[in-house]
Amino acid sequence: MAETAETVQAPRKTAAGTPAATHWHQRPARRGGTRTRALRVRTSAVLVAAVVLAVLVVPLLFPLDQQAVDLAAKLRAPSLSHPFGTDDVGRDLLLRCVYGLRVSLLVGVVAALVATVIGTAVGALAGALGGWADRAVMRVVDLFSSVPHLLLGIFIVAMFRPGVWPVIISVALTHWLSTARIVRAEVLSLRSRPYIDAAVSGGASRWRVAVRHLLPGVLPQAGLAAVLMVPHAIWHESALSFLGLGLPAHEASLGNMVNSARSSLLAGDWWPTLFPGLFIIVPTLAIAGLAGVWRERINPRRRSELML
Amino acid sequence: MLELCAVTAGYDRARPVVRDVSLRVEAGEAVGLLGPSGCGKSTLARVAALLHRPDAGTVVLDGRPVSGYRHRATPAERTAYGVVFQQPRLSADPRLRLADLITEPLRATGRRTEAPTRLAELAPTVGLSSDLLSRRPHEVSDGQLQRACLARALVLRPRWLICDEMTAMLDASTTAALVAVVEDYRRESGAGLLAVGHDRVLLERWCDRTVGWGELGSSGAGG
Repeated sequence: MAETAETVQAPRKTAAGTPAATHWHQRPARRGGTRTRALRVRTSAVLVAAVVLAVLVVPLLFPLDQQAVDLAAKLRAPSLSHPFGTDDVGRDLLLRCVYGLRVSLLVGVVAALVATVIGTAVGALAGALGGWADRAVMRVVDLFSSVPHLLLGIFIVAMFRPGVWPVIISVALTHWLSTARIVRAEVLSLRSRPYIDAAVSGGASRWRVAVRHLLPGVLPQAGLAAVLMVPHAIWHESALSFLGLGLPAHEASLGNMVNSARSSLLAGDWWPTLFPGLFIIVPTLAIAGLAGVWRERINPRRRSELML
Repeated sequence: MLELCAVTAGYDRARPVVRDVSLRVEAGEAVGLLGPSGCGKSTLARVAALLHRPDAGTVVLDGRPVSGYRHRATPAERTAYGVVFQQPRLSADPRLRLADLITEPLRATGRRTEAPTRLAELAPTVGLSSDLLSRRPHEVSDGQLQRACLARALVLRPRWLICDEMTAMLDASTTAALVAVVEDYRRESGAGLLAVGHDRVLLERWCDRTVGWGELGSSGAGG
């Protein structure tokens, strides 16, 4: 095989005996693709940075009393003093959006991390053990997957009092399944490689093979799955709050805000719905955009599936 | 003595690749196993190195049947073998530098302290310069990587060497160099060798005796 590859690659001699100019490793030019991608990376990075900065700095500068209302100023349209307007009990929407985003990010990141740890552990275990253990674990994963995420999430949240932690638990427990599948597939593919054979032959224990050779191989995939999960988790948090099952109603949360804005939307007041909605969509798309670029790095052949 | 007794092995019980094969390698002997591509000789080599559990038959190592295969074999049994595979690219962990790759078996068996001295002995033996040792597998050529893989196979001083198409991907000079390293090691240590390949000329020059796949009483040829 190596020989054929070499004869194909060998520089062709011209009649004069000098090697013809050949470019072996040149990639075919992508029309316009690189520029669009660079723009996407930059926009996503700036947006994510702005979001992180905002949720860290704003609460320090502008403390928010979650329970305070100002009925005299209710449902004001966006103006200089209230750039996003006020809601139906006169609270400033901009400040509540930032606070809501902070909760959403917290839930998203923590839930994604917990789900990734669970998923990686389960997937790696199933893949590394193989046989009936693998089949049993994957049937459990199938069982969980057969129930809609949101339904299962609602079921879990309903068992606790409203608060941040039940939401995190609910999102984490419903989102580890895909990570488990990804990690298991990756472990199965790595497990049959000759370098694992070489490690076994070199006297490595099961534990050492798993920790030194298998786990480092799946970490990029697991990390990517974690980042891609953050937007999902944020959407779930919003959905649970929107359904009234997430955070307590007085607390600033994007889902709560969209929910309480429903009545005023029917009356023609668009801002209490639009701005929290944008605060859900834009940061999640920015995170997904960055994750998509990472996925392209890891697996350039799957480019077409990336766009989120 | 390494003995394969009536080994039947494969990846699907209904269609074994290797059927009822027996093979015997005396201590210090070099046996070449010749066979066409896809006949199951690599599978047989994996069984011999305790890396693949056969469906039937046993491997007898120094007069005692082995206790198991892969992790079910004791570390002592597994490390009695040095195994070199056909494709160095796939048999090297892409994250390890060559120096770590070569000494990884020492760390895995808790003999970390011997690593620097063994590395200093083996690197010149297989012809790896010190700047290559700090590179990762994707930064060296196939030949250089196979040299590192051979060094890794020798680092625990195995009593048996299994070379599965070790030189199939390499040029003639690297082939000669690697075969010379194996022969030097065998002369010094008295290790036995099972060399699997399809190159009749090479195996007949290299080994004490060569066995054709057809002579082993296998009916899995061409599968």
